[in-house]
Amino acid sequence: MTTSEKYVTAAYLVFLAAVLVYLVIIALKVGRLEQDLAELTRAAREKRSG
Amino acid sequence: MGVAATGLLVGGIALSLLWAPEDANQGFSQKIFYIHVPIALTAYACFGVGAWKALRLLWTGDRRYDLESYTAIHLGVIFGLLTLVTGSIWAKISWGHWWTWGERQLVLFLILFLFYSSYFMLRYSTDPGSRRERNSAVYALFGVVLIPVSFLAVRIAGTILHPTIFTHEGANLPGSMLLAFCICLAGMLALAATLYRVELAGKRIDASMRELRELLA
Repeated sequence: MTTSEKYVTAAYLVFLAAVLVYLVIIALKVGRLEQDLAELTRAAREKRSG
Repeated sequence: MGVAATGLLVGGIALSLLWAPEDANQGFSQKIFYIHVPIALTAYACFGVGAWKALRLLWTGDRRYDLESYTAIHLGVIFGLLTLVTGSIWAKISWGHWWTWGERQLVLFLILFLFYSSYFMLRYSTDPGSRRERNSAVYALFGVVLIPVSFLAVRIAGTILHPTIFTHEGANLPGSMLLAFCICLAGMLALAATLYRVELAGKRIDASMRELRELLA
């Protein structure tokens, strides 16, 4: 692999890594929202029954 | 939208690496152009959308534009950071330096990036409410002035190092390079649009949940 090829690969990998990190953050956020929603649903049920 | 973004980006990158010819002067290193420039243009587009939404907020007073403006600027800063990183890598191969202060376009882009990075400090230094929304919107609108200045700087200044591909006479590229570039640009814009929608949906759900939590308390 030439020096140019190494740098070009690095640039493309930086972009790919950024997209992957973003997707991981979004996935974590969706997981947190899911937990919050479950908690709120439970709270709403308790309020209605009690 | 997500499928279109993936398809366009994979197709565009494949075309740029495998099909588009190598540049006569820069050789293989010029291949960074196919992601660096679309990322930079996408960052400008995100800042532009952020400013447009800010203007809509100030014009109509509709609070939903605040979240839309914030999301667009957030994405613009991410794409701006990627522009600086990929640009630095390209600069290292082409010029032998990671950064040069002598290039007005680079410095102006850095100023634009730092300006919008500061947006978050301003935003979170005030309590949530209409004052914060108005301040953020005015700040976002001021920043948009830097976009044409940054974009046109290299053309006005007559740069030495930073290449100018798109001039008044059109694109200084062979058809195959231009096609690969356009597909990469479309893919990058589609990716930004997808991320914008996903992030905005997440923030809206988050806000609704907060409101619901307060109602149930």
